[in-house]
Amino acid sequence: MIERLGAIRAKPGDLSPLRIDEVLVRKMLVAFLRDEAAKAGFRKAIVNVSGGIDSAAVAHLAAEAYGAENVTALLLPYRTSDPKALTDAREVVRGLGIGAEEHDLTPQIDAYFAAEGGVEKIDRVRAGNKMARERMSILYDRSQVLGAIPLGTSNKTELLLGYGTIFGDMASAINPVGDLYKTQLRELAGLLGVPESIRAKVPSADLWAGQTDESELGASYADLDIVLYHMVDRRVHPVELIEAGFDRRLIEMVRERVRRSQYKRVPPIVAKVSLRTVGHDFLYPRDWER
Amino acid sequence: MTAVRVAVAQCAPALGAFERNVAMHREWVQKARSSGARLVIFPELALTGYYLKDLAADVAVARDGPELAPIRELSRELDVSTGFVERDPDGRVFIAQGYFHGGRLAHVHRKVYLPTYGIFDDGRFFAAGDRFETFDSAIGKGGVAICEDFWHMSVPYLMATDGALALFCPSASPGRGIAEGGDLGTAESCRLMDRFYAQYLTTFVVFANRVGHEDGIGFWGGSEIVAPDGSVLARGPDFDEALVVADCDPALAQRERVRNPLLRDERPEIVLEHLARRMGLPLPD
Repeated sequence: MIERLGAIRAKPGDLSPLRIDEVLVRKMLVAFLRDEAAKAGFRKAIVNVSGGIDSAAVAHLAAEAYGAENVTALLLPYRTSDPKALTDAREVVRGLGIGAEEHDLTPQIDAYFAAEGGVEKIDRVRAGNKMARERMSILYDRSQVLGAIPLGTSNKTELLLGYGTIFGDMASAINPVGDLYKTQLRELAGLLGVPESIRAKVPSADLWAGQTDESELGASYADLDIVLYHMVDRRVHPVELIEAGFDRRLIEMVRERVRRSQYKRVPPIVAKVSLRTVGHDFLYPRDWER
Repeated sequence: MTAVRVAVAQCAPALGAFERNVAMHREWVQKARSSGARLVIFPELALTGYYLKDLAADVAVARDGPELAPIRELSRELDVSTGFVERDPDGRVFIAQGYFHGGRLAHVHRKVYLPTYGIFDDGRFFAAGDRFETFDSAIGKGGVAICEDFWHMSVPYLMATDGALALFCPSASPGRGIAEGGDLGTAESCRLMDRFYAQYLTTFVVFANRVGHEDGIGFWGGSEIVAPDGSVLARGPDFDEALVVADCDPALAQRERVRNPLLRDERPEIVLEHLARRMGLPLPD
């Protein structure tokens, strides 16, 4: 491994550095889920299952960590959501034997936007953000009712690029997959037994009809992930990557997206006026006495 | 001297919950005793947890303070090496590993190398120790290097040239590095180190690493006891709690040192002269 890391050269199209030991990762993530939930006083978990690969993988990990009977999937479609997404989400639930609650998001979204002439009149990113936050709101409400810890499903690619809604799908109590790039999560999903129909489909946030992640991001996950890996994990300077033959526009786009979205990855900043301040120098671990 | 059974308590301390960790120590000492061990080694900061941040000052205790009385008492049964935050009378706090024997604290090592990079922030919250001493342990002369201390090659060298027969490395090592085709990255590095030091300094190496999570960071365990010929006598599982037990026979070190007399032939005065010249210090007579 040590030799292998030293031997890694940043080379466009070479995805081999992204390969993971899925068996090891699965063990680490299941232990993480068990341990951190127990510390927070939970033995049950709840997760929004969209029909996509990320939330399917999290549902599988959760079933392994807590037992299927202690996991609830929330299926929260809107009227324009892809029907196949709902079918796939149900398939995950059925396959794992976990609990599920379906709740149609349409009435509350449409009621909110009615005063502005309906959702069709609304900027689609804005409408998508609203849906993501409604899903978060329901996740946390059901979490309280069921006494189940809300799990996050944002992967490392999304987190780094800021490709998610702050306080929406980016919100959770604990997130087992946030340190895995999409490409790596796909590899793990195979080992976990996520259905082929989910693993094979084109990734989409499904916030409007025909949306796909890769067209919106302007590059394939493979290209994005390998650039992020070298830039973030290996600390290779963007200039070096361009010199190594990576596309300049891709490198600049990725670097700029990461920079611009930093605010989404940190708690809100607090104006410091006193001697000791939350978020600045009141530095207690979250697992305080846990 | 016959073989001495040594145990590592590969446990998961609670973060900042001193009393709960004392109770946990009682259980592990009992387990170690049942296994026939004469010495049990706990990981770094086993009485407090590792990522303490501002909690460090809150849980700090004086080395002769009443908080450590239960551990002193436990050491009447068998030797106990464990970690705590030590508050010096001058107010500085240290990451410390105490060696408790016969109802008293016989030796304290204060972590010298405080990692303050990447996921580590020791240097922000702790003062650094300034020495490596050897002391009498249940398996002969021993020396303690707390986690990062051990990654500095000079440390096991200094202790071995001081006559240490056993190097104790209590750790709180976070698991990271998931690339395909290998061990967990950190595990591979630690195993390489343990084996290398053991074999080339002809000492026992006792690596006591914790498990459990703190704020999302998982400690990987994998504690091991390595013999002076580099053979792994016992190894704990990755990520799970376990009592790791091995018999350490000082005679094995002696035999190995006859076969492989690296330490006998070592010339520390050359190191000393070299460093003295390098640092512009007067050469020793």
